[in-house]
Amino acid sequence: MSKVLVFAEIQGDDVKSVAYEILGKLSGQSVDVAAIGSISAAAAAKLAKHGAENIHSIKGDKLDQYTPEGWSNALKNFIGDKGYDYVLAGATATGKDLLPRLAGSFDAGMASEVVNFTFDGGTFAGTRPLFAGKCLAKVEISGPKPHFVTVRPNALGMPTSENAKDGATNDATVDAGTIRAFVKEIVKGASEKLDLTEANIIVSGGRAMKNAENFKILNELADVVGATVGASRAAVDSGYAPHAMQVGQTGKTVSPSLYIACGISGAIQHLAGMRTSKVIVAINTDPDAPIFTKADYGIVGDLFEIVPLMTKEFKALLG
Amino acid sequence: MNIFVCVKQVPDTETKVTPNGDGSFIETSSIKWIMNPYDEFAVEQALQVKAANADSTVTVLRVGGVKDTEALRTALAMGADDAVLVESADNLDSYMIAKALKGAIEKTGKKPDLVFAGKQAIDDDCLQVPQLLAQMLDIPSVSVVVGFEMNGSKLMLKREIEGGSLEVYEVETPVLIAANKGLNTPRYASLPGIMKAKKKPMAQHSLADVGVSDSDRRVKYSQFTLPPEKPAGKKFEAMEEGARAGVVKEVVDLLRNEAKVI
Repeated sequence: MSKVLVFAEIQGDDVKSVAYEILGKLSGQSVDVAAIGSISAAAAAKLAKHGAENIHSIKGDKLDQYTPEGWSNALKNFIGDKGYDYVLAGATATGKDLLPRLAGSFDAGMASEVVNFTFDGGTFAGTRPLFAGKCLAKVEISGPKPHFVTVRPNALGMPTSENAKDGATNDATVDAGTIRAFVKEIVKGASEKLDLTEANIIVSGGRAMKNAENFKILNELADVVGATVGASRAAVDSGYAPHAMQVGQTGKTVSPSLYIACGISGAIQHLAGMRTSKVIVAINTDPDAPIFTKADYGIVGDLFEIVPLMTKEFKALLG
Repeated sequence: MNIFVCVKQVPDTETKVTPNGDGSFIETSSIKWIMNPYDEFAVEQALQVKAANADSTVTVLRVGGVKDTEALRTALAMGADDAVLVESADNLDSYMIAKALKGAIEKTGKKPDLVFAGKQAIDDDCLQVPQLLAQMLDIPSVSVVVGFEMNGSKLMLKREIEGGSLEVYEVETPVLIAANKGLNTPRYASLPGIMKAKKKPMAQHSLADVGVSDSDRRVKYSQFTLPPEKPAGKKFEAMEEGARAGVVKEVVDLLRNEAKVI
C-alpha cells in the first residue's frame, strides 16, 4: 500500500471532477486530498465518500491567485516530510504548469497526462498517449519520492462504486515563499463553458465552416447539449476561430464522451487529438473523408443543413 | 542581454508513427524531423527581443541525436547567433533533458536573462522541461504564453488558461518563457539566412560534459503500441433533402439509446 496525496482544484462549491476520477482508481491505497483554498463541507463529504482519509485546505498569504512559484512553494512546504509516495493531480491548465515545477523542487520524476494507471503492489504504472495519441506507452517512475503524476480529465470516468473513508478535515497554513512572477489580472475568455480538455461533449468545426460567423450554428447546438465548441487547425489557421479552440496535435488533446465533428476532413494531426473520444459523430459532404473511418456515426451531408436539424432534434429530446 | 532558446526536434505532424520491433520506442528510420512547432514561436520572440536590444545574443540549445540537426539549423537560419548541441539518445526523460539544458547554459559562461522554450514538445507531450529547467535555474517561469511585452527588465506576459482566459503576469528578468501558438508569427528562414547559418558556431557536448548520467533517469517508457482501432461505425447518406430529417432523428436516437452519451 502506498501513501498518496491527490491535489484537487477548487471550482465553485466543489472541486474539479478529475479529483473524483482519480480517487476512484485509488481504492486499496492510503489517500489524502489537498487543495489550495477552502474545501467546502459538501465537497469534503463527497471526497470522503470516494475514499479520502484526510482532507486538507491549504491557506496562506499570496495563495488566493495561482502563481507557479507560490503554489509550488506552498505545496513543497505542505508535503515536506509527510512521507507521501505519490502526488496525483488533474492535467488541467494549473496542474500541467504546477506539477513539473513541484516535482523539480523534490528532484523527483513525474508522469504527464496519463489516461489510465494501476497501483499493483503499491507501485504506480500508467498508460499515456505520445505523439498526440498516435501511440500509447506504459510509463513508470523511479528515483526520489514522492513521484508525481498528472491525469487527463475525463479519461478515467467517474467512479461507479463508493469507497467511503473518514475524510477528516484539516486547515493547514503554509508559506508561499518568494514569488517573482505575479498575476496582475485575469482577462476572462469569451466562453463561460468548460474548457475543451474538460468538456464532456464537444462540437467542432472545420474549414467547411467558411467563416467565423458560421460558428453560430455550432454554438446553438452546443448550448442545447451542454457542449464546448472546438475547431480544426484548418479553421484556426483560416482565422475562423482562436487557437484556444483548436483540437489536434498543435492544439488540445481531448477525450469527451461525445465529439461531433462538423465539416472536418480528419487530417492525421486532428484525429490524433480527438481519437480517444468515446463516441464520435462526423458530418461531412465528402463520403471519403478520413474522419468517417474514426466515426461511430457518420452523416454524409451538408453541415449547414444537418447541424440546425440536429439542434432542433436535441431540443425536442432534452426539453 | 543573454537570450537562450531551447528547441527540440520532433517528427513532422503529418508523420505516421509506428512502434519499433520490441516496443521500446518508435520506428525512427523513416521519420521526417522538424523543429517542434511551438519552439518556432520561442525562436521568433527571442529574435524580436534581440532586435530591440543592442548587444544581445541569441543562443539556441538542443538535446538530442546528431544524425539530423534540422531544428538547430532552422533556428540559426532564422537569425540566432550560435547553437549548442548536447548529443544524446532520442528517449531521454524530461528531467534529464532539463538538467542537460541547464548544464549547457552554464557551459557558455553566460548568465541567462531570458530563456525561451515551446510550451510543449509534440512528441512526448510531457510539458515538463520548461518548468523543470526554470526550477533548476532558480528563476520564475510563465508557460503557455500568448502575449509578450518588454520594457527594460520588466515583462508583461499573458498566459492562456481554461476557456481562452488569460493570466497576466508581471515579472522581471531573468525569467523562462514557454511559448504557445499565437504569441507571434514566426519568420521564415531566408536564403541568405540559410547560407549564413552554415558558418555560425555550433558547440557540441556529450551528456557527461553537461553533468547528466543514467542515474538521472526518472521516467521509463515501454510497451509502445498503436491505439486500438475502432470497429467501423454506421454511416448515413443525407445529401438529399428528403433524407436529412430522418437521418438526424435516427442518429440522435442512437446517441441517446445505443451509445447512451446524451
